[in-house]
Amino acid sequence: MSNTENKQVKIVAAIKDGTVIDRIPSDKLFKVASILHIEELSDQVTVGNNLESQELGTKGIIKVSDKFFNSKDINKIALIAPNAKLNVIKDYVVVEKKTLHLPSILEDIVKCGNPNCITNHEPMMTRFHVEDNKTLTLRCHYCERVMSGDDVKIL
Amino acid sequence: MQKSLVSITDYSKEEMLRILDYAAEFEKNPNQHILDGKVVATLFFEPSTRTRLSFETAVNRLGGRIIGFSDAATSSSSKGETLKDTIKMVSNYADLIVMRHPLEGAARYASEVAKVPVINAGDGSNQHPTQTLLDLYSIRKTQGRLNNLNIFMVGDLKYGRTVHSLLMAMAHFQPTYHFIAPEELKIPAEYKQFCDEQGIPYIEHKELNENINDADILYMTRVQRERFTDLMEYEKVKNVYTLKSKMLENTRDNMRILHPLPRVTEIDYDVDDSEKAYYFDQALNGLYARQAVISYSLGLL
Ligand SMILES: [Zn+2]
Repeated sequence: MSNTENKQVKIVAAIKDGTVIDRIPSDKLFKVASILHIEELSDQVTVGNNLESQELGTKGIIKVSDKFFNSKDINKIALIAPNAKLNVIKDYVVVEKKTLHLPSILEDIVKCGNPNCITNHEPMMTRFHVEDNKTLTLRCHYCERVMSGDDVKIL
Repeated sequence: MQKSLVSITDYSKEEMLRILDYAAEFEKNPNQHILDGKVVATLFFEPSTRTRLSFETAVNRLGGRIIGFSDAATSSSSKGETLKDTIKMVSNYADLIVMRHPLEGAARYASEVAKVPVINAGDGSNQHPTQTLLDLYSIRKTQGRLNNLNIFMVGDLKYGRTVHSLLMAMAHFQPTYHFIAPEELKIPAEYKQFCDEQGIPYIEHKELNENINDADILYMTRVQRERFTDLMEYEKVKNVYTLKSKMLENTRDNMRILHPLPRVTEIDYDVDDSEKAYYFDQALNGLYARQAVISYSLGLL
């Protein structure tokens, strides 16, 4: 991390324990915040956006105190901001750096974009096969439709 | 071993060929006792008399018994029961479930919750694998082989699930595809990409004319009015994509015309008298293909 970027991170207050999601593209920040249901959390949350980033131009960052996300939530982030970095903080120290990666099967994470799909009519889990990681091409396990990440809604 | 058939890709090339061989046996001897003591449920959540009669005849000729319903109004789903609960209940009674459902993916889900194998008799616009197997059977029977054929697909290549499944299944047999469709109903890019990946040559045509002279199989599909936003365009297309008997003059002797039926206007009635018209025999082949799939699904072959 460059020096300026380091300072930028510090502009958004450091946390004692919790999770920092960094390097979120600026235009994806609020989408990430929304899929993680940040607005419903009672934990202390700091959100920064349009911060300078050498890599991205500008970036967003989310810090949540005393909150550690499970892998299902982390997979959801990978769908929107695959290059975001997730750091777990304990006593002001990064104890774990998690790189996001999309699993080959998404279970109950996204909603099928096909209105005639059984998953939109039965109380059941959705299931998608990730056909292409880079283009974010998904195939519904049930209706077999191939769709892009933009065609699906995150649950 | 018992095995569901939901999508044609559930079968390997070897399994498809086995099914065709069994179907040929059933054609020679349609009446068997393979299903003695077995109960088959035919669950038609949407009506399809043609498909239901074909499956039920297959079960009857194999000596099995049938329970079920022929449309959703008489099923418990009309009372708001979930598909899961209906399937759980039926799989207590039946040894095999044959189902047709208006929603895509219904058969896959049913196969996951049922204790018995499930055969998909059509799930919305998604899959209808026994149609594909009877198409393969018809092709092999009329051509004597499946390899290296010129397969022409005509009409609605965009929404037609039968052509999509046939395209996937025939890919095992080094075909050359010709796609004849109006602009609105062109074969989707993902299928052309599939052909490219498989190294299958294909040619796209806009018109139905003498370009069919090289065909071994002419696979016609229904062009449905509701697919068009512009009805004038539909009227134009309807006439241009109608097969007429004089178009057959210079076609190959071995060429056969297939159609999943029912037809609307895409094949003139005067074509019916041609020896190249195979669509009614094709429908009968469905009986043998379904006898084979039913027996195979139950692990009885
Ligand atoms: Zn679906």
